Formats: sequence, C-alpha cells, structure tokens
Amino acid sequence: MKARRFQKRSVFLVAYILFALLPIYWMVNMSFKTNNEILSSFSFFPQQFTWDNYRTIFTDASWYSGYINSLIYVAINTVISITVALPAAYAFSRYRFLGDKHVFFWLLTNRMTPPAVFLLPFFQLYSTLGLMDTHLAVALAHLVFNVPLAVWILEGFMSGVPREIDETAYIDGYSFPRFFLTIFIPLIKAGVGVACFFCFMFSWVELLLARTLTSVNAKPIVATMTRTVSASGMDWAVLAAAGTLTIVPGAIVIWFVRHYIAKGFAMGRV
Amino acid sequence: MKPLNQKAWLLVLPVIVCVAFSAILPLMTVVNYSVQDIISPERRVFVGTEWFASVMRDEDLHAALLRQLGFSLAVLAVEIPLGIVLALSMPATGWKASAVLVVVALSLLIPWNVVGTIWQIYGRADIGLLGAALQKLGIDYSYTGNARDAWITVLVMDVWHWTPLVALLCYAGLRAIPDAYYQAARIDGASKWAVFRYIQLPKLRGVLMIAVLLRFMDSFMIYTEPFVLTGGGPGNATTFLSQYLTQKAVGQFDLGPAAAFSLIYFLIILLLCFVLYNWMQRVGTVDAGAADPGAVR
Repeated sequence: MKARRFQKRSVFLVAYILFALLPIYWMVNMSFKTNNEILSSFSFFPQQFTWDNYRTIFTDASWYSGYINSLIYVAINTVISITVALPAAYAFSRYRFLGDKHVFFWLLTNRMTPPAVFLLPFFQLYSTLGLMDTHLAVALAHLVFNVPLAVWILEGFMSGVPREIDETAYIDGYSFPRFFLTIFIPLIKAGVGVACFFCFMFSWVELLLARTLTSVNAKPIVATMTRTVSASGMDWAVLAAAGTLTIVPGAIVIWFVRHYIAKGFAMGRV
Repeated sequence: MKPLNQKAWLLVLPVIVCVAFSAILPLMTVVNYSVQDIISPERRVFVGTEWFASVMRDEDLHAALLRQLGFSLAVLAVEIPLGIVLALSMPATGWKASAVLVVVALSLLIPWNVVGTIWQIYGRADIGLLGAALQKLGIDYSYTGNARDAWITVLVMDVWHWTPLVALLCYAGLRAIPDAYYQAARIDGASKWAVFRYIQLPKLRGVLMIAVLLRFMDSFMIYTEPFVLTGGGPGNATTFLSQYLTQKAVGQFDLGPAAAFSLIYFLIILLLCFVLYNWMQRVGTVDAGAADPGAVR
C-alpha cells in the first residue's frame, strides 16, 4: 500500500518535471541551431550544431553588459527589500498598532497597478530626480512590488514561530537587535530564503519599468532582448541563447537558498 | 491576542517610506491625468468624471473584463491545486530535493517576453514540439487560427510558467510544519487525507493566501506573454484587460481615458483581492479551530 502511494507521487512528479522541462529543452535546443534551421525543420537535436549564438552574446558588449546591469540592480533591490521587510514583518506578526491591518493590506495594493499608464509618471519622477538610466532607479522602482511581497512572505513565516521564544529571550536579557539577529532570523531562514528568491526573480524578469527607466548605461538584459524582434525579422537563435543564459543566475541563487527552503524551521526538531 | 505597541510603527516606517516613494506620486499623477483632457503638455482642460463615465460605457471593455475574469479564475482553479499537489510530491530531503527544487523553479526565471517567444515556436505544428506532438496525435491544433486553441495555449503557458510559484511557497510552508504534528497524527493512525486536511492544509493557510492573491493579481494584469504569443488574437480571443488598456494608452494615445481606465482597473483588482483576502481569512480561522493539534490528538 505504502509503496504504491509512493509510486503514484513519483509518477506525478516525473510527469510534471517533463512538462516543465520540455519548453526549456526546446529553447536550449534552439540556441544551438542557426535561424535557418529553426524555421525550416523539426528536429530534436541541432543538425548543424553551432556556438555562434553564444559567441555573439559573450563578445558583443551591448549583450553581455545587459546581464551585468540586470544583476546590479537586482542585487541592490533584493538587499534593500529584505532589509526593510524583516523588521516590518516582525512588527506585523507580533504587535497590534494603529492601522496595522490597513497598512498591511495597503502594502499589497501597490502590486495591483496595471503598468501601461503608470510608466509615464515613473519616467517623470525619476527624470526629475536625475536618476534616469541608473541602476538605482530600477532598483528603487522595483521596490514597489518586491517590498510588499517580502513583508507578506516573512510575516507568514514569523507568525509560525511561537511568541514564547521572544519572551524567553527577553527574560534571558537579550536586547531586541541581538535577539532578532542571533535567534529570530535563524529560526525563519526558510522564509528569508523564499523571500530572497522571489525578490530576485520578480526583479530579474520585470520588463516594462526596467525598460522605461533605462536607455544605455543601465539597460537590462530583458530590454536588450526585445531588440531582436525588430531588426530584419526575428533573431530566434540569439534570443533562445540569451533566454538560456537568463536562467543561469537565478538557478545559482536558488541553489544557494535551497537549504533554507528545504530545511523548514528548526522548532519541530528541538 | 497580540500586545498593543505603538512603537512597532518605527519598525514599519522604513517599508512605508520605500514603497510610498515610488507609489504615491505616480498614483496621484494618474489621478490627475484621469480628470483632464490632455491636448498637448501645455494645453489641458479639466473634464471631471467624463472619462470615467465613457470608460464605464465601453462595450469592448466589458468584453475584455469578462474574458479577463474567466482567465484569472481558470488560472487559480488549475494552478493552486496543482501547486499544492506538486509541493506534496516533491521529495523533502537529499540530493533529489535540491535537484527537483531547482528544476521546478526554472520556468519562473525566464523573462516574460522570452516565455512568449519560446511558446510561439514550441506551439507551432511544423517546427515546435508541442504543436508537432498534437498534430501526430491527430488533433488539429493551431494557436494562431483557432480562438479556443489560442486561449488554451495561453492558459497552459501560464500554468507552466507560474505553478512553480505556488509550489515553492507551499513547499517551504510544508517544511515549516514541526514533526510533532505528524507524530501525533501517526499515534492516532490518521489517514493521509486526514493529515492533509487537518494538519498540512491549515498550516499552509498563510502561504496559500499569498499564493492565491499573487496569482490572482498577476494573472489579472497579464500582458507580455499573450502579447508576444498571440498578439491578442485570433480576433480578440486573448485580448485581456491590460492589452486593451495598452492599445488605448499607446495606440490611440488618449492619456485621459487611459488613466481613468487604469484607475478603474486598479479598483477592480483591489476590490476582488480584498474580497478574496477576507474570505480566506474567515475560512482560515474556522479551519484553525479544527486543526488544533489537541483536536487531532
């Protein structure tokens, strides 16, 4: 009985992984083909294997600087988001204060603005401040949707930690910062890992704001990729190679935070 | 009951400053646009609520709104259960857990315009795996010609793209359940279903709330992927709300009506999220009573 149930789960898991990986495989497959081959024939493997698409990206500064720009603003954004969200999430999960529920929900409403028309005021705001085409501008603009997300995720995990832990620590003479950094944050590692990953991910793939606020010096990879659409039809092969490369940094991030996600929180094992 | 402590505001303040900096000014600017007729940057005429009234009467908008609601509900109906089941079937420890975690997260990391482009090729019957496979099975499939196929393709693409978000949140939530709960259930001889219903599901309430709200609002604002994949067609089968808005704002360059449309759009999302949020909180507390470990024990 147990073995059969185990099998059912494995079958489902394998099926899902196939479903998840096939489009990605197709992209990787395309990235090793020439444009001509992509559009003319159906094949599971590249018939005329080529590294040219990757060579284009690694040798052309307008391509690879896109990756560097994206990484810079995503890193700034993730650090700021998590740093400000941690204490706020603690406040929401532990205390009542004037307007707490309203503020908590208001935070999330900032994710609900449909971008099209909102891009223009963003452009005006950051032009006035002289931040246009800087990494900081994109990092700050992305805070609008990442900070609320981080607060909500962290609050959920913090509420799972019993309040007795805080009280015991205060009785033992811990100050708030020391308790928070040395006891509390290690307890919600899983939540911090998930929040970091989501902040990274949403900032990494966001296109409209990043494209609006940059032109040359901070142009992100997602905006560079829209370029392939216009010039002489579509450069499918280079786009596929660029897409394959955009997965890599995120995969590295999730590899580093995977332990925090998988470990859960240590309470049950004490 | 949580203690009352107004000093907690100090902990929240940095967040409010960060968010308000980039949120309040743009919102006020859009409100400002929505009540004016902007003929040129220098010539503006105050028109009051005229744009709101004309947007409300727009028949195409009603159709786009209905399509959008149908799409978002379908997204939730598929992705939430699938995400939960996926999280439950992901291994908890060992190298397999790490590998599966990374593989599942991959689709989230692809920029949205690339997602659309990849599916554009992937779905083509002549050169794409999905299209070719369906053709082999004898299904006449074309996401560019057939409205139903286009709609389903956009939905499947969204499921492929975003189910991992639900799964990762649930997975982290599951890992956070202390072993003591499972031990108590084992002593009781509780069935797998009972463990799920009375331990795992209530403990996932927090993360599920985030997952449902996120998936709802993001799918309600879906733009890039269908725009790249189908361009809103065939006909306007996959012209969802935000694409219709962009046509108005960019295509016809009617800033006033587009701003009014944005605000109505925003209020619809806000209202629906508020209803969902309150409903899930109520359902949650009823569950929490039944899910007390004492009750299982």
